[in-house]
Amino acid sequence: MTDLTVLDLIQIQEGLRKGEFSSGELTRALLDRIDSLEPALHAYLSVQPEFTLKQAKAADERLRLWRKTPEAPLPPLTGIPIAIKDVLCVAGWQCTCGSRILENFTPPYNATAVERLLQAGALILGKTNTDEFAMGSSTENSAYGVTHNPWNLAHVPGGSSGGSAAAVAARLAPAALGTDTGGSVRQPAAYCGVTGIKPTYGRVSRYGLVAYGSSLDTIGALGRSARDVATIYALMAGHDPLDTTSARRPIGAIALPEEPDLRGVRIGAPQEYFISGMQPAVEQAVREAIRTLETLGASVQPVSLPHTEFALPVYYLIAPAEASANLARYDGIRYGPRISGETMWDIFYNTRGEKFGAEVKRRIMLGTYALSAGYYDAYYGQAQKARTLIKGDFEKAFEQVDVIATPVAPTTAFRIGEHTEDPLAMYLEDIFTLPANLAGIPALAFPVGFDQNGLPIGMQLMGKHFDEATLFMTAHAYQLVTDWHIRQPNL
Amino acid sequence: MTLTLEQVDHIANLARLKLTDEERERFRQQLSAILEYAARLQALDTAGISPTASVLSQSAPGRPDIPRPGLSLAELFANAPDTEAEQFRIPPVFE
Repeated sequence: MTDLTVLDLIQIQEGLRKGEFSSGELTRALLDRIDSLEPALHAYLSVQPEFTLKQAKAADERLRLWRKTPEAPLPPLTGIPIAIKDVLCVAGWQCTCGSRILENFTPPYNATAVERLLQAGALILGKTNTDEFAMGSSTENSAYGVTHNPWNLAHVPGGSSGGSAAAVAARLAPAALGTDTGGSVRQPAAYCGVTGIKPTYGRVSRYGLVAYGSSLDTIGALGRSARDVATIYALMAGHDPLDTTSARRPIGAIALPEEPDLRGVRIGAPQEYFISGMQPAVEQAVREAIRTLETLGASVQPVSLPHTEFALPVYYLIAPAEASANLARYDGIRYGPRISGETMWDIFYNTRGEKFGAEVKRRIMLGTYALSAGYYDAYYGQAQKARTLIKGDFEKAFEQVDVIATPVAPTTAFRIGEHTEDPLAMYLEDIFTLPANLAGIPALAFPVGFDQNGLPIGMQLMGKHFDEATLFMTAHAYQLVTDWHIRQPNL
Repeated sequence: MTLTLEQVDHIANLARLKLTDEERERFRQQLSAILEYAARLQALDTAGISPTASVLSQSAPGRPDIPRPGLSLAELFANAPDTEAEQFRIPPVFE
C-alpha cells in the first residue's frame, strides 16, 4: 500500500470516498509516524491515539453507509485527521498554550474554528507545540521544549505555530490549524516549507482561541498546498455570534482553475521589503517567484509602503499592551495551578511569577509600561496613530494592485539558541509579517525555493481585506507550475 | 531610554509579577533596549492622525438577549485549584 502520510487533503478525500483506504488506516499511519519521529521533532504537545482511532472508526462507518447512497451529502473532511495548535480550545483535550500557567487546564468547550472542522467531519489528531501564549518566532518559548525543524533538526521551525508547521512538513499531519498575531502562521510555514494562510482580521471567529493581542489575533491553517489550505479556511470562515468582532460579510467563492492563468492580476513588489542585510538567497528566490507569476500572465509593478519601518516598534507596543490586559486573567484562582501564599495578593504574585516564562513576563512588563500613567500617550497612543499610517499605506497600494508580493522573513530558519539571549534580534525576524496584522489584511505564505543549506524559503502574498480568494488563486497557479510545495525533508 | 530597577519594580507590581533579583536586572536591560528601539516612533509626525484601535469597519453589533444553555457549574469548577460548595476558595481578604 502507498504511504498514506504523503497524501494531500484532496487525495485523502478521494481515497476515503472510493474506499481505497480507511480513516482508521490513515490515522494509524499518522500515529505510527508520530511515534517514530516525535522524539526527534517534538511537534506535538499531546496526542490521544485511542480517542482519535475511535473517531476514525466512527468516520469509517459513516463512509461505509455513504458509499451505499453516494448521492447523499457527506461532510467534506469526513475521516480526515487534523492537528490543532495548543492555543485553541478542544473539549476534553488539555490546552496548555505552551505555558506552565495552564499546565493542568482542560477546556470544556470547542473553539468555533475547531467546532466547524468537527462539523465538517474532521478528527482531532493532536495539539501542537507553540511559543508560550503564541509569543515568539521559534517555539523556543514553549515551556515544554523546542520543536525542531524537519529540514534540519538543529534549526528552529519558526513560531509561534512551529509545532503545526513542523507536523505538516514532516507528514505527521495532513494539515493543521495555527494562529497568527504577528506572523505566527506565515513565518513557520516559510521556515518549514509549507503553505499557510493568515485570514483577514474578523474572518474566522476567535471564540475559544486563548487571547494574546485581541485586535491582531487571527486563526489560520497550514497545509501542503494553497488548495488544501483554502479548503480548511473556507470551512472555518464566516460570521459567529459568539465573537463580536467576527465579520458579517459573506464568504466569496474561491475559484482555483486547473489552468494557471494570472492575466489581469496586478502584483505589487514593495521596495521596503527587499532590504539590505536580508539573506541573498531569500531575495533571489522571491524575485524569481515573482517572475514566474509574471510569466503566468500577472503584471508586476513597484509599490511603496513608506511606513513599513515603523511596523516593528508599533507591533511591539500594541501587542504587549493588549497581552498585558488579556493575561491578567491568569491569577491562580479560577483555573490553572496555584502557588499558595498568605493573602490573595500573594497568590497572584507567586503564581504569575513562577508559572509565566521569560518572554511572557517580558511582554506583560512592556505592555504594562506602555499603558501606564505618564507613558500612555508617548508609547501606546503614538503606536496606535502610527498603525493608522501603516494601514493607510496598504489602502493606497491596493488602489494600484490586487496583491503585494514579498519575502515572509529576511532569512531562512535560524539555529536553535541563536537569538534566545537577544529578544530584539528575534523580533526582527517578524518585520515582513507584522504589517498585515496591523492593517488587518489577509496574507498567504508558500514555499518558493531553498537556500544553499537546504532550508526552505517562503514568499508572502498580501491582499485586500476579505480577498483571500485572490491570494489562494495566485498561489495555486504558482503551485501548478512549480514543485517546491511537494518536496519533503529526509527524516 | 534606560529603566531603573525602581521602575522595573513598579511595572512588576502593576502587573502582579514576583521577580527574582536576576530577572529584575535582566528585564531592566532588555526592556531598556526594546524601549530604546521603540523610541524611533517619536520621530514620526502623527499630528492630526487618529489612532487605530480596531481595523474593523463595522461597529460591534448587539445581539438579541435570548437565554441559551451554558456550561454547568461542575464543568466550570473542574479546572479550579481550590473550591468549596461550588465557590472558588481563597485566603481571607478581610481580617
